[in-house]
Amino acid sequence: MIRAALKSLLGRKVRLLLSTFAIVLGVAFVVGTLVFTDTLNRSFTSLFDATVGDVVVQPEGGATPGGISSTRTVPASLVETLARVPGAARADGQIVTDGVYVIDDKGKPIGGFGPPSLGVNWSDAPAGNGLVGLTIIDGREPRGPGEVVLDEKTAEKAGYDVGDTVPITTADRTANLEPTLVGIAGFPEGGSLNGATSASFETSVAQDLFHDGLDEFDTIWVTRKDGVSQDELRAEVEKVLPDGYEAVTGDQSAKDQADDLLEAISFLTIFLLIFAGISLVVGTYIIVNTFSILVAQRSRELALLRALGASKRQVQRSVQLEALVLGFLGATVGIGLGVVLAIGLRALFGVIGLDLSDQALVYRPRTFGAAYVVGIVVTMVAAWFPARRTSRIAPVQAMRDDIALPEESMRRRFVLGLALALVGGVSLAVGLGDLVDIGGGGYFTGGGILAILLGVTAMSPVLSAPLLSAARAGLARLFGPIGNLAGQNSLRNPRRTTATASALMIGLTLACAMAIIGASAKASVDKSVEDSFTGDFVVSSVFQGSFSSSIAARVAEVDGVDEVLRQRSGFAEHDGGFAIILATDPPSLARLGVDFVSGGAADLERGTVLVSRSMAAGDGLEVGDPYEIDVPKGTVTWKVAGVFEDNALLSQGLVTDIRTYEDAGYKKQDSLLVVYADDGADPATLQDRLDDVLADQPTVTAKDQAAFAADQRKNIDTFVLIIYALLGLALVIAVLGIVNTLALSVIERTREVGLLRAIGVTRTQLRRMITLESIVIAVLGAVLGVVLGTGFGVALMYAVRDEGLEVISVPSGQLVLFLVLAVLIGVVAAILPARRAARLDVLTAIATD
Amino acid sequence: MSTSAPAATTVAARVVGLTKTYGKGEAGVRALDDVSVDLYAGEFTAVMGPSGSGKSTLMHVLAALDRPTSGEVWIGDRSIGALKDKELTLLRREEVGFVFQSFNLVPTLSAEENIVLPLAISGRKPDPEWFDSVIATVGLRDRLSHKPNELSGGQQQRVAVARALVSRPRIVFADEPTGNLDSRSGAEVLDLLRAAVDDHQQTVVMVTHDPVAAAYTDRVVFLADGRVVEELRDPDRDAVLAVMARMSARAEETGR
Repeated sequence: MIRAALKSLLGRKVRLLLSTFAIVLGVAFVVGTLVFTDTLNRSFTSLFDATVGDVVVQPEGGATPGGISSTRTVPASLVETLARVPGAARADGQIVTDGVYVIDDKGKPIGGFGPPSLGVNWSDAPAGNGLVGLTIIDGREPRGPGEVVLDEKTAEKAGYDVGDTVPITTADRTANLEPTLVGIAGFPEGGSLNGATSASFETSVAQDLFHDGLDEFDTIWVTRKDGVSQDELRAEVEKVLPDGYEAVTGDQSAKDQADDLLEAISFLTIFLLIFAGISLVVGTYIIVNTFSILVAQRSRELALLRALGASKRQVQRSVQLEALVLGFLGATVGIGLGVVLAIGLRALFGVIGLDLSDQALVYRPRTFGAAYVVGIVVTMVAAWFPARRTSRIAPVQAMRDDIALPEESMRRRFVLGLALALVGGVSLAVGLGDLVDIGGGGYFTGGGILAILLGVTAMSPVLSAPLLSAARAGLARLFGPIGNLAGQNSLRNPRRTTATASALMIGLTLACAMAIIGASAKASVDKSVEDSFTGDFVVSSVFQGSFSSSIAARVAEVDGVDEVLRQRSGFAEHDGGFAIILATDPPSLARLGVDFVSGGAADLERGTVLVSRSMAAGDGLEVGDPYEIDVPKGTVTWKVAGVFEDNALLSQGLVTDIRTYEDAGYKKQDSLLVVYADDGADPATLQDRLDDVLADQPTVTAKDQAAFAADQRKNIDTFVLIIYALLGLALVIAVLGIVNTLALSVIERTREVGLLRAIGVTRTQLRRMITLESIVIAVLGAVLGVVLGTGFGVALMYAVRDEGLEVISVPSGQLVLFLVLAVLIGVVAAILPARRAARLDVLTAIATD
Repeated sequence: MSTSAPAATTVAARVVGLTKTYGKGEAGVRALDDVSVDLYAGEFTAVMGPSGSGKSTLMHVLAALDRPTSGEVWIGDRSIGALKDKELTLLRREEVGFVFQSFNLVPTLSAEENIVLPLAISGRKPDPEWFDSVIATVGLRDRLSHKPNELSGGQQQRVAVARALVSRPRIVFADEPTGNLDSRSGAEVLDLLRAAVDDHQQTVVMVTHDPVAAAYTDRVVFLADGRVVEELRDPDRDAVLAVMARMSARAEETGR
């Protein structure tokens, strides 16, 4: 029995290859994601290992997510005290500031997105556990103002050698520096900054630049003597520390930092795994379909096995064994492809700025386990249904000529599908709406969408019948008898046609929903920019970060500028999640034309906060309520002073005044300037002047309303494009599903093909017939997908309408494009099966039974 | 061999020195060995012979389904030896009708759609009068909208005959048309073919190994080992059986 199953596998190599492809892609996504995440993990752990001391002394408490730029510091006097601790070999003050951009010789900043651009004080302190940190590999250390040391990769990318003048911009008081490069630092024992840039200055220079000249540090590293452990040293240090400071071991600190960072990018892992899931769901459809067709075609063979004495169970097992082998093969190939994918991801992130090229890929046994479990389980579950059906094959059917495999009734299937879709609809409504206030809305939404998709798939043979009949009539009219034959073929086995179409449906459903979300988001951005953009220009950082507060003064002096309003923003934590605080002056809120639901700008005093309408609704806040938030200084409680209408310039939703913001421990750096022009000033001339003033700050730009809106739209476009690229994979799987079904159908209809050729159907006509059938399948999938996707998209947008995305836009042009794409997909998918049919030898084909 | 041709009849199809071998060298099989036959227009011809005699191969080559290894094949006044696949397809469409042993109808199409399919794929419409007369002859008027799986074997084969006749081909080839039918249905199909010859001067060539079927024809050509060995005019069942007996005796003599 096992031999028979394996032989039959080998006899169907091409079909196997096609149906395995879905498994391969799904597993590849899982493996690629896991390998890449593990690699990322290892690389950050090793990065942070090399950038902490044995014991790190820092200000106590306080959340600084991504927040190196805090005003919480450690006094320099503490360095002496710590150096005298018995177990300490030495103690070194450390300064680390973000937003220090090295400008290359073409005027472009190095890095920027993702990894930080660091300004540090030069220190030869060894990193924790005696690791050698950044070490001078060329030139010498910086000695005094006007000297800088760059890390090797940054110097290389920027094209600077020792002796060159290096333009640097900072987000601190001194916005522009032009020091001389006196040395280049690297990791002689291996290591990498993962794409971060590092500019090192002499300690007093760094204090001048980043701490307003105060003799203080961000942290102090204490290095242990031989024979003293990190924990012992930490305990000793703890004893001498004054209140308000804490000591953590380097191991702990590195782990904490790595964990924080990985948590911040965990959305990426989830994101990629979602697409792995989509590939696998689509793949399941194709496997179910392929196995159904194979079992149907082989029913005579299986009946023969039964006639020869094989039990029902043995026949069923033989099909499941095929699935097992297939799943195993698919997973194995998928692992290989997954590694390639991980390499691709690493390269992709390198382009964005997260340079992991020095980090070998990390393969954990868990990755391979997951790959095989996913591959084999999915295949076997998918094959279970067709395998179960074999038990209805009676031995006597081996003797009959034409046997039809008994199928489960369409009605039962329809009812089941309808029930599933209804459950999905309820789940979706619960997930999206505020019907029931429960957690896990995302799971309800996702589960609901999946249930609806599966339900529609189950119903589709019935649902599609009128569509397929209409298609047949249309094709008969357009293409005559060849069109009629193609239409009839698609109607011949509606289950098969619709199952094949469903694979495409899923991809297009998601693409359509995405198109609507993207278009709606863009429309909302446009609307809210239009509604709330009151100034003439906006000055902001191209990296969405902060910039030097000196810029505002510079801009204010430009001829033709009436007034400059400044905004600051910083990360905080609220209720376990990220929050962004925006700080501005109360008078500027009036000028921005912010509308208040309750309270007002005048109520914004020290220690109070304004929240947007959507945020107030989300958190159930009213004027006078306390608002607890973790800021660099620690946990603080502000009073809600007002609720304002959602506003594009205050999109963070949380506004406080500048003093409250500085009290919280944030640096004096601006994140956005709203520029008002003098009456009658020529916008183009003013733009030129602003550009001139900002010329030496390539990370900061001035934009008018159109450019600002375009900028916001560009981000959405990029995001939608990335999603499309990932959904493209689901489409590829769907195309292969169509190829597979058509190829199997051609084999099944060999005799008929022979007959048609015998009575005068030309090869071209035959190819056209198969292509038309393929287009029918693809368009059916696309129509179902577009309808469902539009429904999902509109539902999603409706659910979030009061969270700043109030415009629902259906990009009909794009949806039509999807349908055109479906026709193309149909044509492409038909190429190979059509060629195969056209090449059949007429005589042999007729003789086939 | 074709000397017994009645005067004033034209030739509908002809093979001259036809040889067909499968495979090459030692392993090669000579299915047809220097066969020359004329098939006359307006005649019902049977091709008979034991299995392996080459009768099916002869029909396939004549019907432009297969190519000769050497020799000439004419359909009407066209030599088809040099035609390309596309031209052969068009030739089949225009000049040839088929009836197969296993009916070979398109399962998705109704009886009527099956019948007009050869005309439809070449973009022609059936002559309504002729279509009516064909339908009347095959007696399927009340079954035209049925799908093949709703018809009996005999009815399916009658649909196949109607399909072969409706385009008024120069020649209809029938490959064991009664092979899968009971004797009554078989007789109906043979009557149909006979009527087509008698009433409409349709040329019909039928491959069969059934002496009863052969008795319906005007002429029987006997093949053995890829050669034409005997020929009968206006055969009856007994005459056919006699020739067959003679042939098998000869075969035993030569040590087969």
